Amino acid sequence: MRRGIAATALVAALGLTTAACGGDSGDQGGSNSSGELSGTVTYWDTSNEAEKATYQALAEGFTKLHPKVKVKYVNVPFGEANAKFKNAAGGNSGAPDVMRTEVAWVADFASLGYLAPLDGTRAIENQGDWLPQAAASTKFDDKTYAVPQVIDTMALFYNKKMLKDAGVDVPSNLNALKDASAKISKKWPGKSGLYLRGDDPYWFLSFLYGEGGDLVDADGKKVTIDDPSGVKAYKTIKDLVDSKAAITDASDGWNNMQNAFKSGKVAMMLNGPWAIADSRAGAEFKDPKNLGIAPVPAGSAGQGSPQGGWNLSVYAGSKNLDASYEFAKYMSSAKVQQETTEKLSLLPTRLSVYTKPTVSGNEMVQFFKPAVDKAVERPWIPQGNALFEPIRLQMANVLGGKTTPEKAAQETGDAYRKMLKDYK
Amino acid sequence: MAVETSQSVAKAAGANSARGRGRRTENTPRSTGPGRLRRALSTHWYAWSMVAPVVAVIGVIIGYPLARGFYLSLTDANEANVERTIGVNHIPATYEFVGLDNYKAVLTDNVFWDRLGWTLVWTVSCVALSFTLGLVLANMLNRKLKGRTFYRMALILPWAVPAFVSVFTWRLLFNERSGLFNQLLAGGGIDAISWLNDPTWAKVSVIAVNVWLGVPFMLVAMLGGLQSIPAELYEAAEMDGATAWQRFRHITLPGLRPVSGTVILLSSIWTFNMFPVIFLLTRGGPGDATEILVTYAYKLSFVVSPRDFAGSAAWGVLILALLSLFAVAYRRALRKQGDMW
Repeated sequence: MRRGIAATALVAALGLTTAACGGDSGDQGGSNSSGELSGTVTYWDTSNEAEKATYQALAEGFTKLHPKVKVKYVNVPFGEANAKFKNAAGGNSGAPDVMRTEVAWVADFASLGYLAPLDGTRAIENQGDWLPQAAASTKFDDKTYAVPQVIDTMALFYNKKMLKDAGVDVPSNLNALKDASAKISKKWPGKSGLYLRGDDPYWFLSFLYGEGGDLVDADGKKVTIDDPSGVKAYKTIKDLVDSKAAITDASDGWNNMQNAFKSGKVAMMLNGPWAIADSRAGAEFKDPKNLGIAPVPAGSAGQGSPQGGWNLSVYAGSKNLDASYEFAKYMSSAKVQQETTEKLSLLPTRLSVYTKPTVSGNEMVQFFKPAVDKAVERPWIPQGNALFEPIRLQMANVLGGKTTPEKAAQETGDAYRKMLKDYK
Repeated sequence: MAVETSQSVAKAAGANSARGRGRRTENTPRSTGPGRLRRALSTHWYAWSMVAPVVAVIGVIIGYPLARGFYLSLTDANEANVERTIGVNHIPATYEFVGLDNYKAVLTDNVFWDRLGWTLVWTVSCVALSFTLGLVLANMLNRKLKGRTFYRMALILPWAVPAFVSVFTWRLLFNERSGLFNQLLAGGGIDAISWLNDPTWAKVSVIAVNVWLGVPFMLVAMLGGLQSIPAELYEAAEMDGATAWQRFRHITLPGLRPVSGTVILLSSIWTFNMFPVIFLLTRGGPGDATEILVTYAYKLSFVVSPRDFAGSAAWGVLILALLSLFAVAYRRALRKQGDMW
């Protein structure tokens, strides 16, 4: 009856999938003779627990503008969204009409034929208003496959009170970070300075960029992760953990990080605007002013953090393309972006939104906007997302002492060359 | 209905002569008599009609996917080159037949052998531990003691809880920072253990969880086996002055052999392919330390991009081949000992 376990898990997985998918957008929609949109739009939202209520309200607000369109809001956890969408899209059943897509997923999905090209459709509105970096991630093969909704980058989140009590300044580089951590651990035994994500390669990027490195050089078709800068980046994370300047985990990293930071067990973490709402819910940040944000600590080549964000893409097999285009346009509109900034401190992708006083006056926006302008753009290639898995593997090996930073960088590079056939 | 049945039985009884006649028709020109197939059908139509649905179902849900998987493993199919139509986008099939290339690639790669080594360690230790524990517990529960029903119920519990619920619960218990185990250790003045973050401890943890999940099955099977051993044997042995160990060694163990042989085979096959425990507890991590063959095959066809259908199929065929080999060898060994099942 052990088989029962497999069967249960399968049934559970299927159950979750179908529950989350909500099936096809059953009723055929479109615009009737008077041009009024109708039908159902299934929207997969990938925002986190702290953000999803806001997004659900915004998505359902679409019905006020288009009363005949029913919006089916489904929250799909970010970690599962990619695989779930591919399962549904490749199998031609259960895929959402519109999905909130991570910037690195767009080229991947588009190259596989899952996304509807948006050029010349009603989805694209006032393209000149888009931030150029945000727009870059929506293109594949000179066509536009998504509309940008949120742009972000990473920064150092810190607990102002803890740093003050320990008598340290906000660290601006890795050495200062180690000093600050040492002082914090000395003042409060059992507490650490920094939480380092050991299980998510995205958190590795700012250490890599800080050493002047990159994953690949997409223009020169060259793998660059195994350059000396890549080795140094692996050395950095190992050093931070070995010297007890940082604590880490190889699993459940997000929850452990947020819990440690919110409860004051660590004083600092690297994170992005998506963590603001959740962090402020923690005991240490009852007074929201206690949450400090600073640029990521610089490596030997300076400060570098990755450009991330979220786009809205439309499924090519959607039975209700017109309403889906309109919905994508609405969710990326200036009005919606302004609201997500006001409620969640997320960064808009439209220049015009930054002129609104509620946005330009937002403390987090004031910090993050200049950081985003300097953020390092990732390679917008179909394999962009797949580049993370080899790093995840090697991070665990390095942090677990199973391999050396040199070997880890080399293995990552080899895995990339296997994946990117025409790269050197 | 009854008439029909008896008719077909009568016909079946005459099968020998039918076969004899069949041989003769081979020598005579075909056109003269009814075809062999037709005669076989008319003779055994009842059996055929009973078997047909099963054959059809097996063909559709096992045969076709198996054949298709095997075929894919001989091609270079992946997510980007298989045929599909999505709305306005039509992607034609452009994958090619590559023969045994995938197998060559898998078998010459260290990744496969590393995984295979750990999969074997994982299978053997899980089965050995859960079998031993199940046997001990079954023996303890097979005697008259107060509250026996309660113990039996309690030991069956892991089975009653959906596996993913138990695995997630274990994950919380193992959590390095807030998990119950490390808090207990801290209470005893012992340093925290990185249960799921250290490769070795992660292996210990996944085995522990799987044993916990597997013991009830062993326990129930063993209890059934124990109850089928005649009590007179024990009485006679006691009269002859056999010690408890001698009774266990010479009566219980041989008496359990038919049951234990079957459960060990089944449990080995299930453990070898035990996807949910590893996937839900560690996702194969830290790094790839706890990745077994099936979780890696899953990774190839669901995690990497574009999804490597051909590679994953090749892994699947190899896993199937390994398990078939094991089952055949195991059955042969059992038969040598005189057990039939």
